[in-house]
This record gives sequence, structure tokens and C-alpha cells, in this order.
Amino acid sequence: MQIKSRIVNKTLYILLSGELDEYTVPKVREDLDRLMETERGFMQIVLDFSELTFMDSLGVGVLIGRYKKMRQMNKPIFITNPSRVAEKIFKMSGLYDIMPKIV
Amino acid sequence: MKNTVELKFKAIAANIPFARNALASFILPLNPSVDELQDMKTAVNEAITNVIVHAYPETTGHVTMKITTKENVVSISVIDNGVGIQDIERALTPFYTSKPDEERSGMGFTVMEGFMDKIEVKNNKDGLIVNMIKEIASTGC
Repeated sequence: MQIKSRIVNKTLYILLSGELDEYTVPKVREDLDRLMETERGFMQIVLDFSELTFMDSLGVGVLIGRYKKMRQMNKPIFITNPSRVAEKIFKMSGLYDIMPKIV
Repeated sequence: MKNTVELKFKAIAANIPFARNALASFILPLNPSVDELQDMKTAVNEAITNVIVHAYPETTGHVTMKITTKENVVSISVIDNGVGIQDIERALTPFYTSKPDEERSGMGFTVMEGFMDKIEVKNNKDGLIVNMIKEIASTGC
């Protein structure tokens, strides 16, 4: 599981690559929190799922946890390029109500 | 033709990728579509994660994954010898989690239901058994 990031026009783009499951989730949480807490000069976050090859409902828990942290800083999170499975899980959970999907 | 495989492994997170890839390898001869394969991998991943997170609070136990294929129907059982579930109906409720402080979504059984044709959850004589069935509708793609 790899995480890459860049800031463009005050947006923190985070690209998730690999498989997100119970095995990889501790590092994903740690990496996302470090990025969100140490990066400066961004007003919103876009999480790009285009290279995520596996995810289950654990992903929803991870995202809601990050949402709660960023909400305190008034920084919205958006989701882009979810896989078919991720899209189905996000819709089932209502996640898009708090983290809208953008194209 | 009916075919069956039974895998017993330690209930630790490091074995989850092995389990879902073993499932994929076993059902590949049925020629499922990529979507069907992903659905079943996701569902079995949820069931095994549940075992790892909930079944053995005091120790580390084992999980057994039994897969049976007959014609175009895949039956998967995920079996443990852990503490079971006291209130199965409640556990099946979407968003219910017994571990809210661990960033659990409480969506595990909901995802299994959404990605398989049928699921059944019942306490075994010791532990829990989750039975899941999916019919391969496509001829692959």
C-alpha cells in the first residue's frame, strides 16, 4: 500500500495505491494523518482511488476517522476515481453525504 | 462437477490477502467476470476480518475457509472456534459495531449481503459460521 501526495492550487491530492485491508490499514491511517497534519497551505483534500486495487468496508471507517479530524480544521475531503467495489460500499454507507464524489 | 477446498489458517491480518487470492484461484475455472470475482473476494475478506477482529479477544485462533463449487454456484463458509455472537440480529444491523472507538464502520455483514446472493450467520457449537452463496451469472469477460 502506497500513498503519494502533492498540493496544487491549495488542494492536497492524495493518491492511494495497492490494497486496503485489515493488514495494511494501520500504516494507511498513520500516513494519512501525518500528511494531513504536517502539510501546509491546503484548504481541501482530494482522495484519488484510481490505483486502489482492493478495499472493503474498513475503508469507510478509515475515511470517516479522517473526516472527523479534518472537519475540526474546516477542510473538506472529496473522493475521486473509486473502483466499482469502492463505489458500491461508499453508496451503501452514505459516505458521499459527507465526502462528495468529484469527477 | 462438484469441487471443494478447505483451508485452515491462523486468524491474523497477514493471512487475509492469501485467503482472498486462494478463493479467486479456486473459482477461476468457473470463468467468473472480474466484477463477480471482486464481489466474492470482498465478501470473504469481510468475513475473515470479522473473525480476526472479534472471534478471539483473549488469544489468537484459527479460521477455516471452505469453498464448494457446483455448476455455476459458489458456496463459501467461514468458520471459527471463537466466542461467537450473542445477538446475531443486532450484529447484522447496518452500522452496528461493537468496537466504535476503533474506526469500524459496522458495514461488514451489510457488504457481505450486498455482494453475495445469500448469506447466513449462525453460532456453531463453538464459534461462528458464516455461509455465503453466489451464482456465477456471466461467462466471464
